[in-house]
Amino acid sequence: MADVEPGPESLGVSNGKIGMWTFLVMDAMTFAGFLAGYARLRWSPESGWPNPIETFGTLGIQVTAANTFILICSSVSMVHALAEAMNDNLERARTWMLVTIVGGLIFLGVQGFEWTHLILDKWPYLMEVNWVADPSGALQAAMQSIEQHGGYDNLNFAATFFNLTGFHGAHVAVGVMYNFVMYLGLRNGKITGENAELIEIAGLYWHFVDLIWILVFTFVYLI
Amino acid sequence: MSTTQAKGFLSPSTEKAEESFLWYLKEWFCTTDAKRIGIMYMAFGVLMGIIGGALSMLIRIELMQAGPDIMSDTFYATLPGMHATLMIFFFIIPIFTGVANFVVPLQIGAPDMAFPKLNLAGFWILPPAGFMVLSAYLVPGGAPGFGWTGYPPLSVQASMGADLWIAGIILVGTSSTMAAVNFLSTVFNMRCKNMTLFQMSLFTWSLVVTSFLILASTPVLTSALMMLELQRTFPAAFHFFDPAGGGDPILYQHLFWFYSHPAVYIMILPGFGLISEVIPTFSRKPIFGYPVMAWSMIAIAVLGFVVWAHHMFTTGIAVEVRMAFMVLTMLIAVPTGIKIFSWLATMWGGSLEFKTPMLFALGFIAMFTIGGLSGVVLASVPVDIQLHDTYYVVAHIHYVLVAGSVMTIWSGIYYWYPKMTGTMYNEFWGKVHFWLTTIFINVTFFIQHYLGLQGMPRRYYDYAPQFEWANTISSVGSFILFAAQFIALVNLIVSIKTGDEVDKNVWGDGTQLEWAAKSPPAHHNFEGDMPVWEPVDRSHGHDDEQAQPSPAE
Ligand SMILES: [Cu+2]
Repeated sequence: MADVEPGPESLGVSNGKIGMWTFLVMDAMTFAGFLAGYARLRWSPESGWPNPIETFGTLGIQVTAANTFILICSSVSMVHALAEAMNDNLERARTWMLVTIVGGLIFLGVQGFEWTHLILDKWPYLMEVNWVADPSGALQAAMQSIEQHGGYDNLNFAATFFNLTGFHGAHVAVGVMYNFVMYLGLRNGKITGENAELIEIAGLYWHFVDLIWILVFTFVYLI
Repeated sequence: MSTTQAKGFLSPSTEKAEESFLWYLKEWFCTTDAKRIGIMYMAFGVLMGIIGGALSMLIRIELMQAGPDIMSDTFYATLPGMHATLMIFFFIIPIFTGVANFVVPLQIGAPDMAFPKLNLAGFWILPPAGFMVLSAYLVPGGAPGFGWTGYPPLSVQASMGADLWIAGIILVGTSSTMAAVNFLSTVFNMRCKNMTLFQMSLFTWSLVVTSFLILASTPVLTSALMMLELQRTFPAAFHFFDPAGGGDPILYQHLFWFYSHPAVYIMILPGFGLISEVIPTFSRKPIFGYPVMAWSMIAIAVLGFVVWAHHMFTTGIAVEVRMAFMVLTMLIAVPTGIKIFSWLATMWGGSLEFKTPMLFALGFIAMFTIGGLSGVVLASVPVDIQLHDTYYVVAHIHYVLVAGSVMTIWSGIYYWYPKMTGTMYNEFWGKVHFWLTTIFINVTFFIQHYLGLQGMPRRYYDYAPQFEWANTISSVGSFILFAAQFIALVNLIVSIKTGDEVDKNVWGDGTQLEWAAKSPPAHHNFEGDMPVWEPVDRSHGHDDEQAQPSPAE
């Protein structure tokens, strides 16, 4: 009952694949909403938007570029995992899946490091202002803190940065868990060459997350 | 009533459930059968509709006379927004999802939806979401008083009830995108043999188009609400919509209306599809211009994505932009007009039968046209600047959503009721319900056009004394309108027990596949062999005989 088979007039793919594709349309539109907000805030007259390369520093950009490279590599290893699973080389598929998971974890770790650095060193007002006690005075308190400690770029530069990279990071975290479930399936023998499509569907999601990162990286860090 | 077998999917399917009602209930709550999930959607939608209707009764009681009457102004301010939230997100959209859950798998000859478990999960997100939104009344500060649009800065400053409201709306959006993913997978991948896309019923078509709308628009509302919630929760860090921190309150309106204009099509396209089923059946003629009917729905959906700023004509956006949005908005009247005329042409020369579903369909065409025309009036920039946020807008939206969506919902429920329960509703009380609804929709809402033209603003607690007589008429009309809906509820509930048992093709003229299944259908819709689609070629004058036109004729 759980799995309903495609009908005679199907598009020739499984239900699961169509389901993932349609879900990704929806997810892409969520990012589109955030990116549209970003564009509007950044490219409005007198937004005072700083040059990201100057703000993050060359080293910061390089670290993130390396992180991007790791995420892309994990997409490649996902392709290998699928190819091996389709050929029933489940041992190797498992190893490649593990590589994919580790790639995702490294990405998250580097991003966590970056967030910590930015919050503590670059934008100290984020930690300083006690907004819980006085939400309506939060903006003023933030401005005061910036006057004392510096770190001013543009409040929404930091806000959109956390919004976009945070929402994407949540996707990576979900993807790592998703991939881990696939890994367990491969280990328990629940996923074999016959239903390797499950890995293909997980791969669709993983490549999508990768693709979105390229967009976020370009918008937030590079241009 | 005869054996449980005759009751199809409604009857208990395990022995335990046959003995104990609790088990039977559990069987319903944990079911993956799209038909049962559909009924649960409808039941939940009706419940929320009653609550939302009760809130509108409070509004109308307060407005019946000028001056403060029965409530405080702060409480009143929460009502329009809550009423709209419940009606839009928890009544109209879930009810259409419910009807579609029942009908779409049947119409495409599938045993179930593509993802039955996802279907159930999507439904069960709704009740907690509804509870969250309503529980805003219970927290300190009460429910948010910023209307259903939640514009900043008001929504940023509002008390914690707003957080519950935002979370509830995000959950509803998740639920409806889950349903949309499911419908698209079902329709694209599970059609029975010989049913190509352009052989599908128009109701199924309308669900395809609606699902694309949901997929592409609802997430944008989610992002807007998430940004709003970030700003509310971390006011020191996030200033998306706060000009003092470099943000832009108009940005929220853009994102909000990017969803909420398509949302009116999410609420009316399934109704269009439904009417396109009812009218051919009761006219005994095939639908006029089938491919154009499908394409016009697609055209409406595509145009629906490029008109959102017509809600923002008074925000000071550039006049060139406003003109572009005005023209695009007026363009939507073209595909909509095509649909209206195709329905009329379907009836032209048909042998009409005025059963309750048909009456609702006809009432819909007549009154939706009024709502459509007042929409074209509002689309024009200079007129809109005058009428913005007046009762004219309230009249327009209620002609579209009550005389539009709700009338089609009733039409569909009466139309498929015999299929859902295996029994016939009471035709007399159905007609009484129809006439009371139709008359009192007009009594309630028509005069609001006048109020708006005279300048009465919407969402206000009080009004100038010269508006009193018209408000009294509107209020009395709304009381009867609300009360009349209970006639239908009683009729439909009582008829499960007392109604006559019906055959497969209840109306005699149904041509879609659902009429080939038992009434009510069995657990996986069609027993035994899967159906094969053969279009029924029916022309007027041959009644039940199948006309067989040969190429030579
Ligand atoms: Cu609109």
